[in-house]
Amino acid sequence: MSIFAGFDVGSLTTKAVIIKNKKIGGSAIIKSGPKPVESANKVLEKLINETGINKNDIKYSIGTGYGREKITFINDAISEISCHGKGAQWVLPSARTIIDIGGQDCKVIKLDKNGTLIKFITNDKCASGTGRFLDVMAKVMNIDVSELGKISEKSTKPITFSSMCTVWAQADVIKFINSRRPAEDICAGINSAMANRLSMLTNSIKVEKDICMTGGVAKNKGVVNALGKILGCRIKRIKKIDPQLMGALGAALFAQESI
Amino acid sequence: MITAGCDIGSRTAKAVIFENNKIISSAIIPAKLDPIESSETVMKLVLEKANLKFSDIGKIIGTGYGQQEIPFAHHLESEIVCHAKGAWWNIPSARMIIDIGGQDSKAIKLDEKGNVTRYTYNDKCASGTGRFLEIMADALQVDLDEMGGIGKTFKEELNISSQCVIFAETEVVSLISEEKNVADILNALHKSLANRVASLARSLSIEKDVVMTGGVAKNIGVFDALADGIDVPIRSLDGIDPQINGALGAAIIAST
Repeated sequence: MSIFAGFDVGSLTTKAVIIKNKKIGGSAIIKSGPKPVESANKVLEKLINETGINKNDIKYSIGTGYGREKITFINDAISEISCHGKGAQWVLPSARTIIDIGGQDCKVIKLDKNGTLIKFITNDKCASGTGRFLDVMAKVMNIDVSELGKISEKSTKPITFSSMCTVWAQADVIKFINSRRPAEDICAGINSAMANRLSMLTNSIKVEKDICMTGGVAKNKGVVNALGKILGCRIKRIKKIDPQLMGALGAALFAQESI
Repeated sequence: MITAGCDIGSRTAKAVIFENNKIISSAIIPAKLDPIESSETVMKLVLEKANLKFSDIGKIIGTGYGQQEIPFAHHLESEIVCHAKGAWWNIPSARMIIDIGGQDSKAIKLDEKGNVTRYTYNDKCASGTGRFLEIMADALQVDLDEMGGIGKTFKEELNISSQCVIFAETEVVSLISEEKNVADILNALHKSLANRVASLARSLSIEKDVVMTGGVAKNIGVFDALADGIDVPIRSLDGIDPQINGALGAAIIAST
């Protein structure tokens, strides 16, 4: 029984997924440390503890993410773009556009029905539109970033920001809190601002259905719904796996194909 | 006629009283939450300093991002025009003004009469604005006013690769944990800010004399790095706080 592993070393979190018998056999997520190889080792350890597999059971492994070249124990490294595309289309064969939002970047990836990459665009220069934007706002709101979606559900009058820049938006949130705007309206405004910024990327790539979102931020229903509204079509939710694991899943699938 | 200029910025409010082609008094205060309060407070202060009353002022021109809220302004004028006028009055050979304020940066080209011919600005991204310095001063726990001087004592040439203030702050936190020298980090930050603004200026094509205005001009690290960035010497206003340049320009326009 062959086990294949994928490792995604991101700036904020490191993820691992194993494929066993052509199915997802287990996964792990940890907070990234300053050294990618240490993060990869730590997540491997967690994976082993949680799945009970032996390190030597892994037949082939692939690394992705910004720290991939530094992981010593993998067999090969593949770009995040390819891995997110691979993972998303395996989970959702009808996926043609993948919007991946990571801790410090965001990407829009277009694939054809065979999984061939058609076009992609990334932003890793501006914090706006990345997980970082939500982290900063959640901190000001004194809530966990995972609560932004839920709290916003009750909103009737979302706030609007004067600018998309994370720094100015942060100052705006403070002003809104001080003027006692309801938390749900502020959270809804934050989610919308995020979606608006992402739409700047999607605008330049002409999205095609089915559209899905990957990366940690995909778990925020508020952002997903707001973006769906802007794009004028429902964004398909990923249910088979935590969307944050998509890169690692794709890497594991590539590992499976390598033999 | 005695005139006044009132520049309500995002972080500070400035006022200048002008008569017979001379600055009578000037004032700078931190901006209040309410721009109306900012304008009233700074005008009160500048009048006190000049030993004058409101009724002594013949004409007041307002400028700055909060200009609409100045209750006593007779007219309003754009910051672009005011900065050009103020700097040109002080340095008639000025053909380009680079202004870095609390929340924006501008590059302005002017003709020999001090009239604006072209301009460009950034008020969307915190990078290249005074806010960048405020955030970094916090991160490094140094006084905003001392950043420039400390940065000049740098020994190791570091590099901050991120333009985004948020990502740059993360880099700074890393550098601090790597026990890098504060002076070295500051120098790198000043270069980063200057480069961002230099790009803005270069999009208009640089023309001497270049004058730097706005509060950030008081940071010698940024000032020098900006001159390096555009590869042209920069002049500072002669005997005038660069931060009051907008209000000065407004007061001069009021007098014409």
